[in-house]
Amino acid sequence: MKELPANLIANPKLSQWFDIDRSHVTICSGKVELGQGIETAMAIVAASELRLDVSQISIGRVDTGHAPNEGYTAGSFSIEHGGSALRVAAAMTRELFAEAAATRLGARPEDLIVEDGRFRAPGRNEFISYGDLADSVDLDVDARSRPFPRLLGIGEIDEKTHRRDLPGKLGGGAYIQDIRLPGMLFGRVLRPHSPNLRLRELNETAVALHPGVIKVVVRNGFAGVVAKRDEQALEAVERLRQTARWEKVFDLPEDNEEQSWIDSLAVKPTIIEEPQPARLPGRRKKASFSRPYLLHASIGPTCAVAAWDEGKLTVYSHTQGVYPLRAQLARVLGFDLSDVTVIHAHGSGCYGHNGADDVALDAALLAQAVGVPVMVMWSRTDELTWSPHAAAMRVQVEATQDEQGAIIDWAYHVKSTPHLARPGMGTAPNLLAATELGFRDEVQETPAPREKTNFKIADRGGDRNARPIYALPRLSLLHSELPQGPLRSSAMRGLGAHLNVFAIESFMDELALDAGRDPLEFRLAHLQDERAVAVLKAAADLGNWQPGEAGGEGRGRGLGLARYKGTGAYYACVVTVEVDETVRLVSVHGAVDAGHVVHKDGVLNQIEGGIIQSASWTLKERAGWNEDGFSVKGWDDYPIMGFTEIPHIETRVLRNSEPSVGVGEAAAGPVAAGIGNAVAHALGVRIRTMPITRERIFKMLMEG
Amino acid sequence: MKRVSFVLDGQFRELEADPELSVLSLLRDDLGCLGVRPGCLMGRCGSCTVLVDNRPIQSCSAPVWSIDGRTVATVAGAEPGSWLARVREVFLEEQAAQCGYCVNGIVTTVAGLLANSPVPDRDHLLKHLDEHHLCRCGAHVRMLRAIDRLLDEAHRGAAA
Repeated sequence: MKELPANLIANPKLSQWFDIDRSHVTICSGKVELGQGIETAMAIVAASELRLDVSQISIGRVDTGHAPNEGYTAGSFSIEHGGSALRVAAAMTRELFAEAAATRLGARPEDLIVEDGRFRAPGRNEFISYGDLADSVDLDVDARSRPFPRLLGIGEIDEKTHRRDLPGKLGGGAYIQDIRLPGMLFGRVLRPHSPNLRLRELNETAVALHPGVIKVVVRNGFAGVVAKRDEQALEAVERLRQTARWEKVFDLPEDNEEQSWIDSLAVKPTIIEEPQPARLPGRRKKASFSRPYLLHASIGPTCAVAAWDEGKLTVYSHTQGVYPLRAQLARVLGFDLSDVTVIHAHGSGCYGHNGADDVALDAALLAQAVGVPVMVMWSRTDELTWSPHAAAMRVQVEATQDEQGAIIDWAYHVKSTPHLARPGMGTAPNLLAATELGFRDEVQETPAPREKTNFKIADRGGDRNARPIYALPRLSLLHSELPQGPLRSSAMRGLGAHLNVFAIESFMDELALDAGRDPLEFRLAHLQDERAVAVLKAAADLGNWQPGEAGGEGRGRGLGLARYKGTGAYYACVVTVEVDETVRLVSVHGAVDAGHVVHKDGVLNQIEGGIIQSASWTLKERAGWNEDGFSVKGWDDYPIMGFTEIPHIETRVLRNSEPSVGVGEAAAGPVAAGIGNAVAHALGVRIRTMPITRERIFKMLMEG
Repeated sequence: MKRVSFVLDGQFRELEADPELSVLSLLRDDLGCLGVRPGCLMGRCGSCTVLVDNRPIQSCSAPVWSIDGRTVATVAGAEPGSWLARVREVFLEEQAAQCGYCVNGIVTTVAGLLANSPVPDRDHLLKHLDEHHLCRCGAHVRMLRAIDRLLDEAHRGAAA
């Protein structure tokens, strides 16, 4: 790394990244803690360049007043982009302090030794610390004016540091739900029971005498209650619900397991790789794969606190992006950016664009109506119905093989509902209450393909990992993204990668089987990427892959491989299942190549979580709708994986000096694929529709 | 309103409260026990779990009258030497969390079950966790590692 990272160029003052006084070194990252451990990883990055013990680093608050604007904490970019910017900023900061230390010590800065946060000249016993120099070093320096620094921390892998946020979280008061501002009231919002309904009228007087109710707020299609206590607001909203009349704003198609309704809402595809004009001679095979809508389903309630003070709004939010949220709040409320401050607060686990941004506007509207701070939490039903879902998807793939089985032609078409409908993306605010207030919503927007600067390749979300990792001589690739599906959808962990990798890797196994070849050998024969080869071989070795191992008899093994986004972390796995009436996940042996690893336990934790969450999506989860509206309204409608279902998991972390990349989303696709392949190996029948439930297995076996 | 009294994290408490109010609301909004977490409010996710006379109870579904005259314990107020404190300690040693939101409830239930005599076996404990708790981040692998260590300690303690 010799060029300044983009996030440092965008936030060039070193004082945006570091605050150093006589007793503290505080880092200010724009990347937020979502449960993934990024605060700890960032502290390790900074400590390794400043040559401090990590315990001496404090983490600054992420807010729109002080933190560098690093956009969203998303896309597995926090280490790759945020970490690299912080690393260079830290190394520059160290060099600035070294210059000041050199003057005091009468030595040349490049000769100084820095250990445990103290500078000294070689052979001398005089020490001077960051704190000693804090008053004499001005960090209001533009990084672009400094020489590229020497990076001392590259190559160091932290294997000992514990998560700094966990002791507080295994205590009290660590989360946004625990904020208590003076005079704060509690709000709850009223939302319809079906995705195609909108509020028409309401009898506000129904709760006028309800205990604790301060105000009922109704603005167009938005309605909420503010009360002294949370349970009072909740009860009042449920009472108001009984008086609500709804109007239908669009017709719902018929939901089905194969998500074929997506075809009926067809849009013109974006051509990523041109279709090939003529078919090649050879053995042709085609298949369709699908995934239903999924839910974030975090355990804690979506929550925000809003406070108005003399026309200025302060919002506490567990958003992924304080700056983008601020922009859309200001827009919807008609305020200047400078009048809105968004402060990040820790929430329950975040796996993508959930309801955090929506509830921030809910809280702002309710607080505006009563003039005192208001906390709004969503109910479980609010969460499972109105928060953005992970997109429903469908894939059609066709391949031609030569006589040896080599793939000579590959045509792929992925269709999905939106994967990227974050606040401010496209032209709509993309905040639920904004739609209810009358802002044009996503339904009317036609998103243009996004040539995102953050990505090295064009990315539209649904096509993430649609491009196979394999070297294929002819490739056609189409992507159709509906402007809006029946349910709200946006980014969730892996985006299109979950189904795309499931489809590609399932189809690779099918092609291997047709050619009478071992799935591992068949993959290796089509791979030219050496890092992919290494990670696949490592997983096969760890999982003791045996070529030609007989399946059937209810036990099966399957492979999965991908490089997330085509540019992120590599992950491969060998999945073992036992299938009788249901699929029992026995083991997942995997290998990950995330470049230079900053915090090894952080990598392992994210990979383990990614495996379990992906397995849960793949085997159990489905959201949709029926004649009564949303089909999922509580946990009973949406089972997720539990303790008795957890497989044996082993992960080998490969070590190299490639640039660091994030791992939070790396396992999602390969694990789904490994499960699908293992189930097919066990049953002798291929299931191409997720989730792979007991009912679907019965159905497939009956159909033979 | 009714006068209720109970011991909370080792301290005697007596106050006027709506007897039908949930224990969760009382603890969080009247007594400031913010380590007890609101979750689904449907009695399923377990993030609101507290110990009542050493038994794990989902506080969102328990009315205040049900703790009158009883002993309530929470993770944030765990007394030194208690199973609650020990389970929390081992969970931290094993880094058994991602977002951490569900973990206080799980720690509480594990502590409550380990305090039982006889000590439950692993299958019973995990089945109980599945019936009363949810974790969405997928931190189960680490929690299981912690639980196995704790079960071993509990069985050795019982044997001694």
